[in-house]
Amino acid sequence: MSKDKSEYLINRKDNQYEVVIGLEVHAQVTSESKLFSTSSTKFGAEPNTQVSLVDAALPGMLPVINEYCVKQAIKTGIGLKAKINKRSVFDRKNYFYADLPQGYQISQFKDPIVGEGKVILDMPDGQKEVGIERLHLEQDAGKSIHDLDPKNTFVDLNRSGVALMEIVSKPDLRSPYEVNAYVKKLRSIMRYLGTCDGNMQEGSLRADVNVSVRKKGTKEFGTRCEIKNVNSIKFMQMAIEYEANRQVDLIEDGQSIDQETRLFDTKKNETRSMRSKEDAHDYRYFPDPDLLPLEVSDDFIEKLQLEIPELPDEKKKRFIEKFKLSPYEATILVSDNETSNYFENVIKKSDVKLATNWIIGELFAALNEKNLEIIESPISAGNLSKLINLIKDGTISGKIAKTVFEHMLEEDKDPKKIVEEKGLKQESDPKALEALIDKVIDDNREKATEYKSGKVKLFGFFVGQVMKVSGGKANPQLVNEILKKKL
Amino acid sequence: MSEITKQSLSELIKNIKDKKLSSTEVTKAFVERSEKSKKLNAYVTEDFSAAIDKAKKFDENPNLDLKLPGIPMAVKDLFCTKNVKTTAGSKMLNNFIPTYESTVTQNIWNEGAILLGKLNCDEFAMGSSNETSFFGNVQNPIDKDLVPGGSSGGSSSAVAAQLTPITIGTDTGGSIRQPASFTGTVGLKPTYGSCSRYGIVAFASSLDQAGPMAQNVKDCALLNEVISSYDEKDSTSIDFKRNNYSKELTNNIKGKKIGIPKEYRIDGMPKEIEDLWKKGIEYVKDCGTEILDISLPHTNYALPTYYIVAPAEASSNLARYDGVKYGFRADGENLIDMYEKTRSEGFGAEVQRRIMIGTYVLSSGYYDAYYLKAQKVRKLIKNDFDEAYKKVDAILTPSTPSSAFKIGEKTNDPVSMYLNDIFTVPVNLAGLPGISIPAGHDAKGYPLGLQIIGKAFDEQNLLNIAYAMEEKINFKNKITDWWIK
Repeated sequence: MSKDKSEYLINRKDNQYEVVIGLEVHAQVTSESKLFSTSSTKFGAEPNTQVSLVDAALPGMLPVINEYCVKQAIKTGIGLKAKINKRSVFDRKNYFYADLPQGYQISQFKDPIVGEGKVILDMPDGQKEVGIERLHLEQDAGKSIHDLDPKNTFVDLNRSGVALMEIVSKPDLRSPYEVNAYVKKLRSIMRYLGTCDGNMQEGSLRADVNVSVRKKGTKEFGTRCEIKNVNSIKFMQMAIEYEANRQVDLIEDGQSIDQETRLFDTKKNETRSMRSKEDAHDYRYFPDPDLLPLEVSDDFIEKLQLEIPELPDEKKKRFIEKFKLSPYEATILVSDNETSNYFENVIKKSDVKLATNWIIGELFAALNEKNLEIIESPISAGNLSKLINLIKDGTISGKIAKTVFEHMLEEDKDPKKIVEEKGLKQESDPKALEALIDKVIDDNREKATEYKSGKVKLFGFFVGQVMKVSGGKANPQLVNEILKKKL
Repeated sequence: MSEITKQSLSELIKNIKDKKLSSTEVTKAFVERSEKSKKLNAYVTEDFSAAIDKAKKFDENPNLDLKLPGIPMAVKDLFCTKNVKTTAGSKMLNNFIPTYESTVTQNIWNEGAILLGKLNCDEFAMGSSNETSFFGNVQNPIDKDLVPGGSSGGSSSAVAAQLTPITIGTDTGGSIRQPASFTGTVGLKPTYGSCSRYGIVAFASSLDQAGPMAQNVKDCALLNEVISSYDEKDSTSIDFKRNNYSKELTNNIKGKKIGIPKEYRIDGMPKEIEDLWKKGIEYVKDCGTEILDISLPHTNYALPTYYIVAPAEASSNLARYDGVKYGFRADGENLIDMYEKTRSEGFGAEVQRRIMIGTYVLSSGYYDAYYLKAQKVRKLIKNDFDEAYKKVDAILTPSTPSSAFKIGEKTNDPVSMYLNDIFTVPVNLAGLPGISIPAGHDAKGYPLGLQIIGKAFDEQNLLNIAYAMEEKINFKNKITDWWIK
């Protein structure tokens, strides 16, 4: 692998290979009901309790488009700076499977609802643009459960008919970490928009990953393999790494790569062939005659445009310009809407610089350790803001603040109260400090003499002693000033 | 008062409203005649005792303001009926009892009608003679061993034999009009989008349309008024202003322009059909209309187009019958084996033939040459009609190229069977309304029908022309009750 962080290359003997990756992300549309029926989409319900006659494909049942899902798809398209197609067509993708009740999936083939767009990635060495090929709406299938019975497969149709957005990227990605950044950015945009919760554990976000390799410097794409249905960013990265190396090994060995669909085995960390191109399904796509072409007006799109919130890229720009944050800090703080909201709430009444450091540093570390999301933060934005003000006005030192912060993690209390109750207020009375310092010098006469004779390093020792005697409460700045005079 | 089952729908309604007849009396009369007519094999499922119970209940507190007050009625077994077995004429659904009601039948019950039972039809409505039904042939009451047409063969037989005063069928390529023509009855295929397809077992979604079948035009108009409604549950349902077709019915069609399409004069058409058409032209002329020769240049391509589009949609629509969720299932070694056995045993030969044709024309590499091409031709066929309707108000053609044929006569010759629909399929492809009315008899004494094709949503005008012609034709159906000992 290349040492250069900006370039992901696979090295073999005299050859260097570049990896080309394109993603088909399946994002579940945030919606109360399914794409073509009124059944609930709530996660975790008892099997087969959220299945309408339409979802189970009973004879004579007909799909009726859920307008809300259409709006969600268009909003996502706007978020991806993409072309919204005023006319799109639902097609049937025909194949047989036990968890596909209709015997076809309603999808969009030739005319998707959203066309070309782009996503900007913030990589350590700068920004990278990833092209979006299209976004289309489609139905999810049900779930086949193979491990409940030794002989039978069970089918749960709760997911059957749930709306998905398939977001197809151009083959613009070049490394596992770009894929990581891309999926995170996509998820962030959709969370800002409220169009997909991006919850990968619940299967709300999955991806088919297309991987090919080519010798560095060549222009033509290699033969690609599609790794189906990968459901975590980590697995995507692992699968790409494995698959790219597998392909390079084949080429180095003088063999060719078969275009095929592969599966990623997460336990063995390897990809396995699922079906070759020859065995590929003929889906016999054709326009669904039960549904008319979907037509949306300019007015409809314009109204949705008004509902689009400030998205991460714009917010980042604002944070940098208005709050003088570094691009790094801004990127972290806008990564999701909850974080940026928290940040903006904290800085309403407190210092931006301190707030940024405390959120990115102490708070994130604590949340990480406790495995909590920012909306679950034990410390409210208001109280963190108060803590920062206590530091800013000299009531407590930064060090004491960390102690107070620990207490706040246990109990989300007004930090002022904690400071009072625990007697943590900073000692800033010069007279009291002078008395303290006099005592410390008196107790360490020898060292004071050494200091005066030129051993200036001992100054730190005296500061430490004063802080120790004061129980950490002495105002460090004043201690410094007074000590210098006294010594 | 004449015998109850011989009365038209309008007469029965009048007698019930005038309290001369009760719903129970009427229902019992049709049940009795149906019981005596099992030889016709018109019913797949009889619901007679429930029907009589419902009639008694109706009579206890009769709502005479309804459009079909206490009228018993059997329906084609393609309409899903709540808690009553719905088979679509197939082994595949022989055990299927819906938990829901189709919109069209719900509309009928909402107006006070009572379900007598479910009528035989070609399997999944695929056929022109009712011979593809899993439940066997239906006899045409006109003569022994004569097909009643199809796919709504049970419906046409039941109406002609007066086992039900009226009925509903579905028409994908002629499945209402051709059986009506074969049995001397009236059958209307409304404009695509008039009657909801919700709860109707689908054959070809872009062509399927439910419609009324009756003994006369007025009854047909009334039933159309009941079943035609906008339905949000069907995305292809159209919200247009529907008339009170029976109330607004008039025989005054003076000044209307009737088109005679030269392309319907096909090679080898029997002289009887040619003569019937000529007579028909004289009848409409007598009604004060103007006759114009028109051209529908793409008519020749309608049948091949239909036999690409309809099987393509059917191949996909019937994919849901896989043995997994409901209906027939054959045991198999594994999922694929179960699929193959279920679908090989559950579907009859004609359905399998159409699924294969449909699968083929949608296959990659053939899609453009067949399906896409057929869609383009379909548009041209529609354009033909649009052009014609710039000059005329309606079009007059024969309903079928022949009268009813013998059972078994065409079963081994699918192409000759498909030719039955040559005059009716263009109407489905263009989404237009069409009606078949009985207009005469051939040399064998079998009924022949004429078809009137209207503009989209112009059912009223269509019915008016049919009504005026009916008066002039004064057709009498020759029903001898040969099947009753």
